[in-house]
Amino acid sequence: MSDPTMGSMVTPPAEQPTVPATTVAPDAGTPRRKEKPRGLLGDAWYDLRRKPLFWISTAFILLFVLMAAFPSLFTSVDPSHGELSRSRVEPSANGWFGYDVQGRDVYARVIHGAEASIVVAVLATIGTVLLGGTIGMLAGYRGGWVDAILSRVADVFFGIPFVLGAIVILFALNPPGSTRDKYSIMGIVVASLVILTWPVSMRIMRSAVLSTKEADYIVAARAMGAGPGRIILKHLLPNCLAPVLVYSTILIGSFIGAEATLSFLGVGLKSPVVSWGIMINEAQQFIRVSPFLLLFPAGFLVVAVLSFVMLGETVREALDPKLR
Amino acid sequence: MGRYVLRRLLQLIPVFFGTTFLIYYLVWAVPGDPFAGKCGDRRCPDSYIQFMTEKYHLDDPIWMQYGTYMKNLLQGDFGQNFSGRDISDILITAYPNTLKLALVALAIEALIGLTAGVLTGLRRNGFLDNLVLVSTLFLIALPTFVTGFVLQYLFGVQWKIINPTVSNSPTFAELLVPGFVLGSISMAYIARLARTSIAENRRADYVRTAIAKGLPQRRVVGVHLLRNSLIPVVTYLGTDLGALMGGAIITEGIFGINGIGRTVYRSIVTKEGAVVVSIVVVLVLVYLLMNLLVDLLYAALDPRIRYE
Amino acid sequence: MRVSKRAGAVAMTAAAALVVAACGGGDSGEKSGGDTANGAITIDGTQPEVGLVPANTTETGGGKIIDFMWTGLVQYPNDGGAPQNAVAESIETTDSKVYTIKIKKGTKFHDGTEVKAKNFVDAWNWGAYSPNGAQNGSFFSDIEGFADVHTEDPDGEGPKKAPQPKVDKMSGLKVVDDYTFTVTLSAPFSIFPVKLGYSTFMPLPDAFFKTTPEEFGKKPIGNGPVKFVSWQDNVEIKLARFDDYTLADKVKIKDVTVKLYQDDTAAYNDLLSNNLDFQQQIPVSALAGDKWKSDLGERGLNVPIPVSQIIAFPLYDKRFQNADLRKAISLAVNRQEIADKIFFGSRKPANTWSNPLTAGGKEGDCTVCTFDPEQAKQLLAKAGGFKGELVFYYNADASHKEWMEAVAQSVKNTLGINARAEGIPTFAVFRQMINAGQMKGPYRAGWQQDYPDVENWIGPLYVTGGSSNDGKYSNPQVDAAYKAGTQAADADAAHAKFAEATKIIDQDVPSMPMVTVNQQSGTSERVKNVQTTNVGEIDLSSVELK
Repeated sequence: MSDPTMGSMVTPPAEQPTVPATTVAPDAGTPRRKEKPRGLLGDAWYDLRRKPLFWISTAFILLFVLMAAFPSLFTSVDPSHGELSRSRVEPSANGWFGYDVQGRDVYARVIHGAEASIVVAVLATIGTVLLGGTIGMLAGYRGGWVDAILSRVADVFFGIPFVLGAIVILFALNPPGSTRDKYSIMGIVVASLVILTWPVSMRIMRSAVLSTKEADYIVAARAMGAGPGRIILKHLLPNCLAPVLVYSTILIGSFIGAEATLSFLGVGLKSPVVSWGIMINEAQQFIRVSPFLLLFPAGFLVVAVLSFVMLGETVREALDPKLR
Repeated sequence: MGRYVLRRLLQLIPVFFGTTFLIYYLVWAVPGDPFAGKCGDRRCPDSYIQFMTEKYHLDDPIWMQYGTYMKNLLQGDFGQNFSGRDISDILITAYPNTLKLALVALAIEALIGLTAGVLTGLRRNGFLDNLVLVSTLFLIALPTFVTGFVLQYLFGVQWKIINPTVSNSPTFAELLVPGFVLGSISMAYIARLARTSIAENRRADYVRTAIAKGLPQRRVVGVHLLRNSLIPVVTYLGTDLGALMGGAIITEGIFGINGIGRTVYRSIVTKEGAVVVSIVVVLVLVYLLMNLLVDLLYAALDPRIRYE
Repeated sequence: MRVSKRAGAVAMTAAAALVVAACGGGDSGEKSGGDTANGAITIDGTQPEVGLVPANTTETGGGKIIDFMWTGLVQYPNDGGAPQNAVAESIETTDSKVYTIKIKKGTKFHDGTEVKAKNFVDAWNWGAYSPNGAQNGSFFSDIEGFADVHTEDPDGEGPKKAPQPKVDKMSGLKVVDDYTFTVTLSAPFSIFPVKLGYSTFMPLPDAFFKTTPEEFGKKPIGNGPVKFVSWQDNVEIKLARFDDYTLADKVKIKDVTVKLYQDDTAAYNDLLSNNLDFQQQIPVSALAGDKWKSDLGERGLNVPIPVSQIIAFPLYDKRFQNADLRKAISLAVNRQEIADKIFFGSRKPANTWSNPLTAGGKEGDCTVCTFDPEQAKQLLAKAGGFKGELVFYYNADASHKEWMEAVAQSVKNTLGINARAEGIPTFAVFRQMINAGQMKGPYRAGWQQDYPDVENWIGPLYVTGGSSNDGKYSNPQVDAAYKAGTQAADADAAHAKFAEATKIIDQDVPSMPMVTVNQQSGTSERVKNVQTTNVGEIDLSSVELK
């Protein structure tokens, strides 16, 4: 999408070969004159520093990371200790977020739930984007039979229903009664999510590459002798990253939900381990009488997803030369 | 072009066999004896298990089971499920409903998502932009069952605008609310995707050229901008139809839609490979054809993409 | 025991289906109401898993339709009392071994043929003959000659196959004349007549034997108050009044549509908007906080049904072979609190090894069903404590997570054992692990009585080799008392012996009764007088339109 040439109907502008190595759009020229040329990353960083949205979302994400790493900083209550006598007690000074149906402290559970939710969702998203993105880049750039084979392999994987694939993979690696610790279960869950969802990001990346690779600046770079590695990394990647990044930030939210589905099926994380998704699922039946059980984990989830989307958005804008 | 399409259609064949075998294998690999749980908390008589195992050839090696299934399938016989029902009957009743639901969802998400995306892309960081961002993200973060339950309860039970569950062969109108629920997650994504794409392309030279030529805003946006920004959106919509059809389990349940979602899930759990494969095969074909269509659309949307 | 396939529960499984508000269109005309004799109602159900053949149906979806469509030799009254003759004119015995059964003349199948003695005998022989693979085949095992028609795989699960049975008819069944047959049991069994109302013992018309069970199961012909009209998979089953029905429980309404749901919340919302006239079990989401009471008011029904949730110990696991430990765990569970907080009072804490509704059962005969933290701790100390993790297992495809977690939590809080609950993904895997003796901790084992006698709560569950004695509990004293009971001259003597057996079981604690079930049902504004049967299904003969 988008490049210095025109779309379909306008005659080619004369300036087309003038943007060889850098992809900076012409209107970014003015401020750059005063400073030493920075690299792409340097530019991005310069840009990012001045965006409040960047700092706000980073602050939230740091907060969640802190929660995940050191839950004891936020609460000293055992999230798995429950007493039925306080089942579904509404939020109060004692339990800020109230107590769930088993009488467990919702605040402590939300804090402790950050770890599983964030780790699984972020790792799975990174994995999906890396795997799908790489394959998509390769398929789109090379085209021909490489594209055909990779695309068809993606098709096969896409055809597997999520529940089916997840049950089989997780059941084989994490059977009931197994004594794996929670980190290795998390690793398996991440792996299965990646295996079952990469085709979508592959398709997205491939489509972006397809529409970019014939752009004049790529042709120019190739004409100037740039190797495939350089073209991909320097030119294609920054210009194709946008849709995949957008997809991935939203993917984080759906992975948190997917992780909960797996736990509910009995193949994901197991009971003393808590995650936001598990909490949301458990709250499902009480939506009419105790909506706060749903509200708190879902609220944290919204904020977390929002932060990741915002961060992704600002970073992408900073990296994307055309938006400067 | 014709040769390209032909080649792609030929490529469907290995994908077809690859997918069906993989799924057949996976269902086979789901642990558990399919008949062990049929008699409640009582052990099933051996005679029953033996009878069923023989009837469905479950003691044959996996490749032989698959071969038998494929041989019948290619002759147009989908076989029977463990209840003795013809799988083709299940497909004929369930698929149209699921397809309708997915199409409604797709239309809703494309319409709302694109509108929101274009509006916000043109006015980035304004109030509207933030409003759309927060509301779409809210929809993502809320699990489907919550959106579905709340809408069903409000529209169906409180205000009585719709029937809580749809009729036997639901009309498109009946599927509006379920379609919205199903499409709500993708809607957010499409809005974001369109916004990004529009925002980027708005700075592109051809747009400036178009504006400089004095074209009216409407034409610039409608013809030049939108058309060039559609590629990622179209890709996503294409892949999404299959995902919507296969991922409607919860929505179908809430609104009582007789679709494939539940059948697939139950058949996985009860290890009915023939049913799962039969249903999924159709899904995969839809997905593959949509992909092909999308790839062809690229060429139509963006003349720089050519298929020899 | 029928297993409910409505997972109700599993978050995602919540699924699909079905539909049909065909009623939306078709019924609207009939909703003007009042005219019971031409009236139509819609009730909820689930898609039967197999064709509707009585001896081959073990799940509630199909079982319900079969109960509507067939009438057996005896019937169980709605209040759970002693069975009464229905098709049977008389059932007589002198020694509890040979029973002479006379049936009423002139009762008809829905195809117009008369119900005769041979229809029972042929049906039972078909169900017992192992190559037919009927799910309920083992119900006939009391009858003489069963072993000749029903062979087992000699090595359990394995490469060898069960040999072909020598004959296809049980020697214990003899047709005397059109309306009389005799049943000879392999050993005296006083409870036998009570069993005869269970759906496995229903008669089959001659038409059944002229077609295949698959074909018959799609268009079943019964002898009950309603007949089969049509069945649309996953959508609805239509039934209609059988006008030639001569027994007492005639139905007053004309048409019954069983709408097949897969999500009980969807059914409930249909009930609230009067698209559904009866929902057998109101979903948990409406039970929470007693919402259903404010939603339905007088239209809600709350009746006990003979179902208990039990947690069984895998006695083949060394760690659970100490009776004191098992007792300690059982005493550490606060059943009252679980019934109140997790089940919102829709379940009652169990205090008996059978069920309060069961003939011959005694409330309070489970002394380990109380909550006694002090004694529990002492017993645990006496047993030498418990090392490692105590995991309670349940099947994750139905709604057991909450209460199983609560049980684990109660044990953990009381005894300080590291206890938790874990879901096994599917019921099939769960059952397979139980059958194979692979359970590594106490596991859920629900029980719905098949026929109203305390024998049904002992024989299958706690007698050596019992059909559902999966924990491999075995105590010769229990076996002896049980055997004496089954051979007793009359019901009272039998029940006394069963009580003896129960006393020993109560000391051994092979399992832990947890809660007994009440069923919450709802009706629409269109119907009145709705009652439920002894197992909680709607009693169609009671329904009238307002």
